[in-house]
Amino acid sequence: MNTITDSNDVDNTVENIKTDKTVLSAITPGTVRTISGATSLGQVFRDTLTMAWRHFIKMFRNPAEFTDVTIQPILFTLMFVFLFGGAIAGDVKSYLPTMIPGLLAMSVLTTASVTGTKMREDMDKGVFDRFKSLPMARIAPLSGALLADTLRYFIATTLTFATGFVIGYRPESGMRGVVVAGLLIIFTTWALSWIFALLGVIMPSASSVQGLSMMILMPLTFVSNAIVPVASMPSWLQAFVKVNPITHVVSAMRDLTMNGDWGVDVVWTLVISIIIVVVFAPLTVRAYMRKV
Amino acid sequence: MSSEFNSSDLAVEAHGLVKNFGTNRAVDGVDLAVPAGSVYGFLGPNGAGKTTTIRLLATLLRPDAGQASVFGHDVVREAGKVRHLIGVTGQYASVDEDLTARENLILFGCLQGLSRSTAKERADQLLEEFTLTDAASRALKKFSGGMRRRLDLAVSLISVPPLVFLDEPTTGLDPRTRNQMWDTIRSLVARGVTILLTTQYLDEADQLADRIAVIDRGAVVAEGTASELKASVGNSTMELHLNDHDEAELAAEIVGLALGVRAKAHHGGLVTAPLSDPGTVFMPLEALHEHSIAIASVAVAQPTLDEVFLTITGHSAQDADELQEIAA
Repeated sequence: MNTITDSNDVDNTVENIKTDKTVLSAITPGTVRTISGATSLGQVFRDTLTMAWRHFIKMFRNPAEFTDVTIQPILFTLMFVFLFGGAIAGDVKSYLPTMIPGLLAMSVLTTASVTGTKMREDMDKGVFDRFKSLPMARIAPLSGALLADTLRYFIATTLTFATGFVIGYRPESGMRGVVVAGLLIIFTTWALSWIFALLGVIMPSASSVQGLSMMILMPLTFVSNAIVPVASMPSWLQAFVKVNPITHVVSAMRDLTMNGDWGVDVVWTLVISIIIVVVFAPLTVRAYMRKV
Repeated sequence: MSSEFNSSDLAVEAHGLVKNFGTNRAVDGVDLAVPAGSVYGFLGPNGAGKTTTIRLLATLLRPDAGQASVFGHDVVREAGKVRHLIGVTGQYASVDEDLTARENLILFGCLQGLSRSTAKERADQLLEEFTLTDAASRALKKFSGGMRRRLDLAVSLISVPPLVFLDEPTTGLDPRTRNQMWDTIRSLVARGVTILLTTQYLDEADQLADRIAVIDRGAVVAEGTASELKASVGNSTMELHLNDHDEAELAAEIVGLALGVRAKAHHGGLVTAPLSDPGTVFMPLEALHEHSIAIASVAVAQPTLDEVFLTITGHSAQDADELQEIAA
């Protein structure tokens, strides 16, 4: 068998594997190796950073896949300001101070849902088997994704403010209020992304995650004080708006940018965010660890 | 190199492994003993449970029953330790599609505890070794099947694991690339790596594996060396195509006489004869030459996987119909 081709094989060996013995010659027998099965906190941290690095490369290589934090915030801002500005406030310029913080909350919070979709897509790929077979921190694919996503929220936040500045937005509290509001919305969105990460882990497919995320986010963001004045709504809707956490986030954004106040809504936003993390992070991690 | 090993050391040991997917019992009581430093082949058709067994041993799945260990470490209780000792190369290249070859090697190097600079050095070494240096920064989408498999294998070897799982390493590769992969596997074995591979091809198991387990419907139905297995399957068949179809009857007589067996003439100038020893193939050829009967092609048909299955299990496998061309 293979009598004719055997002579070619010899050449292929040289071509395929250079006889550089240094690379693989040091095979230590499996029974002799001293190994530890435990994962240290340092390893969790290192592997999380490595996985975040992986996500950064993927993001910048496929810019089309992160239009939700590049084009969308710009488009949303322009669209809503010019669509509703005249109708609600009489003119665009006087609408901006209320509108930009509302849109900021809306656009940036919405991008959190992508975390779940991406998580599901990633887990369905062959490369995930590789992660599972490595002696790495088991949580790293999840924690790395959540860490990398804060960059996405940062981009969305910056672009929303920048678009506002271009069309004449001048926040009364100056840059300090803008920076604090930006940091708060990034933190809140990161907290929210734990919920979507949980959906990503437990839902059967990426598209089902996306569908459910939209169903949760659409009513929550629109039925709030983000875009239209609450006074214009029927009373039963106003009742919902008042308990909607997004209303508190929007009010917090307005407080910070309009008068630099650390009002009650800023505290509420922080409390809500921390509660979400405290409840959902363990749930997500548990569901995730059961899958991997 | 294998002399460094104590021959009694087992790389993989399994007892009564069971894995169910719903009502389907994918793995149904598999027992294994794979000596360290050897190549062990899982042979079986699609859906026989080969891949599931590998995934159980590689800690990717938890068994529903039974027990398995890798170099003495239990795959469930000591999964973290087992993962230090294995490299897994899947049926479909399990590397990150969006990263380049070099980035993949660095990523998986870092995830195995190498520092960034060491991971980079190691990546370059492996790219060189697997002749991927020129394609190191190219998009993976432009990689050929063979290049993908080589990268996948290179990634599995970053940590120099003593045990490597290869799930259908050559399925879908052209013969030349397949031969290259075989050589790569042989050179790993020469360096003392234990290899557990799955294949649908009897020929591949024959070429590479020291011992073979034939797997059917989730269970090991036969186990042994390639020659033991073949002996249980029986003879090869010699197939002759003649230039002049009318000479088939005469040729069959000559071949039969030369081999001392009954040769058969078929339509289209085909003559077949059972061949107990492939080394005797020259005898009928010489006899035909003396009678000036021109031959278009000669082939010795190996016992196919189908025949192995038919003999061992009593039912057939769909795959495998390979003729090894000796001369044309």
